[in-house]
Amino acid sequence: MAKKKQKNLARRKAIAGYLFITPFIIGFLFFMVKPLCESFMMSLSKVTVAAGQGGFKLDFWGIKNYKDAFLVDAEYTRFLTNELTKMLTQVPATIIISFFMALILNQSFKGRTFVRAIFFLPVILSSGVLVGLEYNNSLLAGMQDYIKENTNSAQITATLESILSTTGFGNKYLEMVYSIVNSIYDVVIASGIQIIIFLSGLQTIPKSMFEAATIEGCTAWESFWKITLPMVSSVILVNVIYTIVDFFTKSNSQVMTKISDTMIQRMDYGFSSAMAWVYFLAVLLIIGVFSLITSRWVYYYE
Amino acid sequence: MSKSLTSKWKRFIERNRKSEGYLLKKIVAQKLYQIARAILIFGLCFLILQPILNKISVSFMEEKDLYDPTIIVVPRNFTLNNYKLVSYLISYWKVLRHTLGISLIAAFAQLACATLVGYGFARFKFPLKKFWFACVILVIVVPPQTIMSSLYLNFRFFDVFGIIKLITGSTINLQNSLIPYILLCMTGMGLKSGLYIFLIRQYFRGIPKELEEAAYVDGCGNLQTFIRIMLPDATPILTSCFLFAFVWQWTDSFYARMFLKGTTLLATELPAITSRLTEYIVSTTGSGKASTAYGLAMISTGMIMTIIPLLLIYVVAQKGFVESLSQTGLKM
Repeated sequence: MAKKKQKNLARRKAIAGYLFITPFIIGFLFFMVKPLCESFMMSLSKVTVAAGQGGFKLDFWGIKNYKDAFLVDAEYTRFLTNELTKMLTQVPATIIISFFMALILNQSFKGRTFVRAIFFLPVILSSGVLVGLEYNNSLLAGMQDYIKENTNSAQITATLESILSTTGFGNKYLEMVYSIVNSIYDVVIASGIQIIIFLSGLQTIPKSMFEAATIEGCTAWESFWKITLPMVSSVILVNVIYTIVDFFTKSNSQVMTKISDTMIQRMDYGFSSAMAWVYFLAVLLIIGVFSLITSRWVYYYE
Repeated sequence: MSKSLTSKWKRFIERNRKSEGYLLKKIVAQKLYQIARAILIFGLCFLILQPILNKISVSFMEEKDLYDPTIIVVPRNFTLNNYKLVSYLISYWKVLRHTLGISLIAAFAQLACATLVGYGFARFKFPLKKFWFACVILVIVVPPQTIMSSLYLNFRFFDVFGIIKLITGSTINLQNSLIPYILLCMTGMGLKSGLYIFLIRQYFRGIPKELEEAAYVDGCGNLQTFIRIMLPDATPILTSCFLFAFVWQWTDSFYARMFLKGTTLLATELPAITSRLTEYIVSTTGSGKASTAYGLAMISTGMIMTIIPLLLIYVVAQKGFVESLSQTGLKM
């Protein structure tokens, strides 16, 4: 008798749970699975918009759209490789810098609330259309060039670069570092949410751990590697995935612009879905690789 | 005064000698670290703020100031004409109202859905739960471009299992109405909806179970428990998700270009400023073309006008943005 009642309760709970997530299930089936399948079909066929017969007509023609994307279209492969190589430096840089900033913002100093407020500003500033416009704004860049030309002072970064490269030590790696330094603004502006997530991770570490470590004779450096890093490693995984997704879907991405332009202006639905699918698979692959690498280091405390 | 200072010094030297120089070293290192940190923080803050400050100063300049190489920050001919012109070009107040309305509606719809779904995932056990949660992750990961082309056509010729076609004889064109977008938001497929579901679920998981059980014992149903007990507890995460949804909706141009072509929004009007400016100049002076610099100055002005409402909200609700997220204890 009692067992039956318990079972009933569990069942009622399960039904209630399903009721709560129904909006998502409906949305997922209608606005995610169905379009995904359809766009996959479209990417394999020639799409003609015909108002009479339920909207649009598909003529299956195999992988021609994919071939077009890689072999015929002049821009697509270039944009895609650009995007991917940029990502390889940007994502690790974003993670490291936002982690570093979260560490600083987690310490106590005068005016911390004010500094925090400034650091989270990029959440607003780096969103949507603003990034794209920022990117194209050559007025400010022009001003900068003008100042550079008219003041004969040597630039610190340029001098440093020339000194470092004459030593001939690891030039390739140094170039990578330069490219990150040069795009520091992009990195900082893209790391608003990541800082918040890291901060939340840092604040869950119990203070007693650090105290115990200090009493045992740990230096700050050691307790960073032995306590802080393992304790936030699961947060790092979340951040890696978030950063990759954010990077690929930001609105000034060339591939994204090209896809939606092909769709809206040229009405070439088949070709644009083929390009989108290639993009999607690339993103999935990269997320898979990155999270595999990161999840090997994730440590769960409990 | 001086006596106490000297005695302090003496004590310090004494203590320092006892610790064999360790105390002095420690204090010097600490001070050096603090200075280095202050410089670093200042630099990074400047890096973030500089573009905004620059835009603000440009937005107050007259056209001839832009070409004057001696003017960098402070405009010589201070003017408000840029603001007037931009608000005329994009009919600012009307567009602002539209943007405000749509952002509010979309943020509310997204939040309502995300709260329900997040609660469902956090607090109930049901078969296939892991599978559905994996689907949420998938929603976060899929770039909207992949499904856009077919969604676009779906709403262009909207139909539910062919029922509408049976009744009216043709499909409905929902292209230029608000309905598709609201539908997407309400079913958790809007702009970054997956992220909100994830965050809210994480937060609900942190609320102690006893609270809920007490409510059940006292005779609350599932829905009542949710509304009366759990929702008030979740206000911080709800406000912060609402703010995110609002802000991101405000500046989003992708979904807007796709679904809201009939409505003029700030995010879609901004890039059009340059061409409008050229039209305006041609129509007033009869000939000529807006210079690139002037057009860009106009865009800067427009951007300032776009983010000012957001900045105001940010200043007021800064805590809401940040504090609640730190309580979620994000983990995968």
